[in-house]
Amino acid sequence: MRRSMLFLPGNTPNILINGDALGADALIFDLEDAVSPDEKDAARVLVRSAISSLGYRGCEIIVRINGIDTPYWQDDLREMIPLRPSLIMPPKTSCAQDVRTVDEFIGRLEGELGLETGTVRLIPLIETALGVENAYEIASASKRVAAIFLGGEDLTADLRCKRTREGAEIAYARSRMVVAARAAGVDVYDTPFTDVNDDEGLLLDARTAKSFGFTGKAAISPRHVPGINEIFSPSMAEIDYAYEVLEAIRLAKEQGRGAVALRGKMIDAPIVARARQTIEAAEQLGLGGKKHEE
Amino acid sequence: MKGSVFLSSLVRKSSAGTMESSDVFVELEPAGEIEIEIESVVQQQFGQAIEQAVRDVLREQGITGAHIRLTDRGALECVIRARVETAVRRGKESV
Repeated sequence: MRRSMLFLPGNTPNILINGDALGADALIFDLEDAVSPDEKDAARVLVRSAISSLGYRGCEIIVRINGIDTPYWQDDLREMIPLRPSLIMPPKTSCAQDVRTVDEFIGRLEGELGLETGTVRLIPLIETALGVENAYEIASASKRVAAIFLGGEDLTADLRCKRTREGAEIAYARSRMVVAARAAGVDVYDTPFTDVNDDEGLLLDARTAKSFGFTGKAAISPRHVPGINEIFSPSMAEIDYAYEVLEAIRLAKEQGRGAVALRGKMIDAPIVARARQTIEAAEQLGLGGKKHEE
Repeated sequence: MKGSVFLSSLVRKSSAGTMESSDVFVELEPAGEIEIEIESVVQQQFGQAIEQAVRDVLREQGITGAHIRLTDRGALECVIRARVETAVRRGKESV
């Protein structure tokens, strides 16, 4: 389960080497904004060497490549695809064709390397107004797309507004991204909270993202990882309730009753679906709940 | 033959890495044979391992002659290997 995704600057050894000790479910090795143009070559080699040597067990590996409007992205992929990262993150994805361009190039590399086509999946970073408007098209552009990811900083620059702690300016984008992702059947990740020292702000921002329906959230600081993991994990109360829902459904079926109520509320199909999702998430995270204790 | 990828010898001076903690700064120049200088706070314990890692990368890259100087700031082997490889690749590029 991927709740938190932590950015690691691709050319900074003292951060890269500790990546798997920082508690994140996924690590994003950044070859783009965190690396100056004259160090792109060094970052590729360093990230490749670190991944193949250190392994980062227990963390999913994501690589943010440079944009397809730069001279770097194909070299990034040539260096990274042999490592078979779980996901490649193309930045500034604005339309389905952007996804297909990266998809086709990865497919070609997979062929050359003898890898099964589709081994490496995509998490397009959507951070332009056009990208937000095309979110569904992007999310469904290729079978390779496993998730979409909202980038709030570049988006607000494109929207010509200020990024705020409360995030009202990205509410529409968040909502649209979640609807697009769910309609396409893929996961969706929220933008990082960029004030590294504002722990309370991070928790508020993560709760807001969860309330919109995001699967998880990215972080630019390891300090934000525990808060994100906590907020995007089901609580014990939610897990217990989910088990009660499924038990009530089981009993009703046994007794031949059509309508089921729990704690004075009717249980309908969406509540059952949510209960199943909660239990699935809890099981993936090794969390218990009442049923587990029995 | 086209492009620099097929070159197996250095054509110019190059460098890679930084002086920051956990990194290593590598300076490389073409030479008749392999000469390696290492300055490291862990020279005593890891000097030999560092030299071996450097030799391995040079061999993998087909380099038989180079003067290479490493200023190590406590880099792991994977970092040393990466920085040496980057310096070699940069040294093979004709400007």
